[in-house]
Amino acid sequence: MIYDVCVIGAGPAGMTSALYAVRSGLSCVMVEKLGYGGQMAQTPELQNYPGFPEGVSGFDLAQDMGKQAEEFGAKLIRAEVTNIDFSASPKVISTPSGDIKARSVIVASGVESRKLGCPGEAEYAGHGVSYCATCDGNFFRGKDVAVIGGGNSAAVEAQYLAGICKTVYLVHRRDTLRAAEIDVKHFASLDNVKFVFNSIVDRIEGADGKVSGVCISNVSTGEKRTIPVSAVFVAIGKTPATEFLQGNVDLDSTGAILANDSMATSVPGVFAAGDVRQKNLRQVVTATSDGAIAAKSALQWCTHH
Amino acid sequence: MTEELNSKDFQQKVLNADRPVLVDFYATWCGPCKMLSPTVDEVAKEVSDRADVYRLDVDKAPDVAGQYGVMSVPTLIVFKNGQPAKTSVGAVPKQNVLDLLD
Repeated sequence: MIYDVCVIGAGPAGMTSALYAVRSGLSCVMVEKLGYGGQMAQTPELQNYPGFPEGVSGFDLAQDMGKQAEEFGAKLIRAEVTNIDFSASPKVISTPSGDIKARSVIVASGVESRKLGCPGEAEYAGHGVSYCATCDGNFFRGKDVAVIGGGNSAAVEAQYLAGICKTVYLVHRRDTLRAAEIDVKHFASLDNVKFVFNSIVDRIEGADGKVSGVCISNVSTGEKRTIPVSAVFVAIGKTPATEFLQGNVDLDSTGAILANDSMATSVPGVFAAGDVRQKNLRQVVTATSDGAIAAKSALQWCTHH
Repeated sequence: MTEELNSKDFQQKVLNADRPVLVDFYATWCGPCKMLSPTVDEVAKEVSDRADVYRLDVDKAPDVAGQYGVMSVPTLIVFKNGQPAKTSVGAVPKQNVLDLLD
C-alpha cells in the first residue's frame, strides 16, 4: 500500500499531523520507535497546555491524542526508522518491520537527551548514570548524587533529588545557572544542594559495576578533583533526532530541520513539525500547531502531485 | 497487558522456567516505563511460542530489583536457566527488545 502521508514520530506534533491528515481525507501512518507522546509522555504534569486549569498528565494527554488520531483512521507502526529514500517516488521509509511507501512525509521525530560523551557514561548507564531523575532518583535515596547541567531541566532535577538524596552536587560549566529565575530562587531554601560552577566532567568512575564518583575539571583554575557520588544525572539539554535523515534534508548547525512557515523542508513533499525543526519555543502547544500546518501542506502537495 | 510478577512468584516463574523469560522492571511513576509497556505487550504476543514475558513493579518487589542491581527504570532483563543473560536500560525500540531474546 502507498500512503498519502507517513509521519515519522508520534509525539504531539506527529499525532496532530496524523489527526489533521486523516480528517482531510488522506491515508496516514505514524512510525514511532517508542510510544505515543515523545517528550510529553515523560512529563508528569503539564501546567501550560490550554484547557486544563488543573494541569494534565503528559502521558495521559499523549494516550488521548493517539486514540483520537487512530479513531479517525490513522495507523501506528511501532518501529525505528533505519533508512529513508526521499528521492524515490513514492518515498520509502525503512524499518526493521519492513518498508513503508508514502507520497509525502512529515518528520516529527523530536529531540533526544544529549549525552556527555565522556568515559564511563555509556559503561554505567543504568548503573548510576541516568537521564531521568523522577524515574531513577528513588534508587539513590539518602545517597550523594550529582546533576550535570545548568538549564531548567537540570534545576528541576536537582530540586527533585534534593528532597530524597543526602547531598546533590550541581555541576555546571558556567559560573551561573541558565535556569529561569523561579527555579533559582527555590534553591535558596535547599541546604543540601551544592553548586560546582565552572566545571566540566572528565569521566565517570565506578567500582563493583556501579558509579562511585564523578571526575571534574575547573575550567578557570584547571584544578581536577573527584566527587564521590552514587549517581550522575545528566541534564545538559536535548538534541534534534535527525541522524536517520543522513543529510538528505537541510539542517541548521544544531541538527534542527530548517522548515518555512508552511513546514516545508528543503525536499519537495517532505515537511517537518514540532521540536525537531529550528524554532524559538519548543512546547506542546507549538508542536501541535506545527502538526496541523504540516498536514495542510501535505494535503496541498498530494493534491498537486 | 503483560502478567505482573511478585517476589514470591519470581523463583518459580522466572528462575525455574525451562525457556527464556523477559522481565520488565518498571515503576508506576516512571514516564519512560509507561512508554515502553505497550512495546513489551506486543513482544510478549510475538514470542509467546518461545519465551515468557512478565513485568515487575520495583516498588512492590524491591528485594528482587536489588538482587539484580536494577538502578534505573525501565530495565529489561532476559533470564536463561535461572541466570540473567541480557540486560537493556531505558525505553528502547521494539527491535531492541526482540534482539534481547535472540
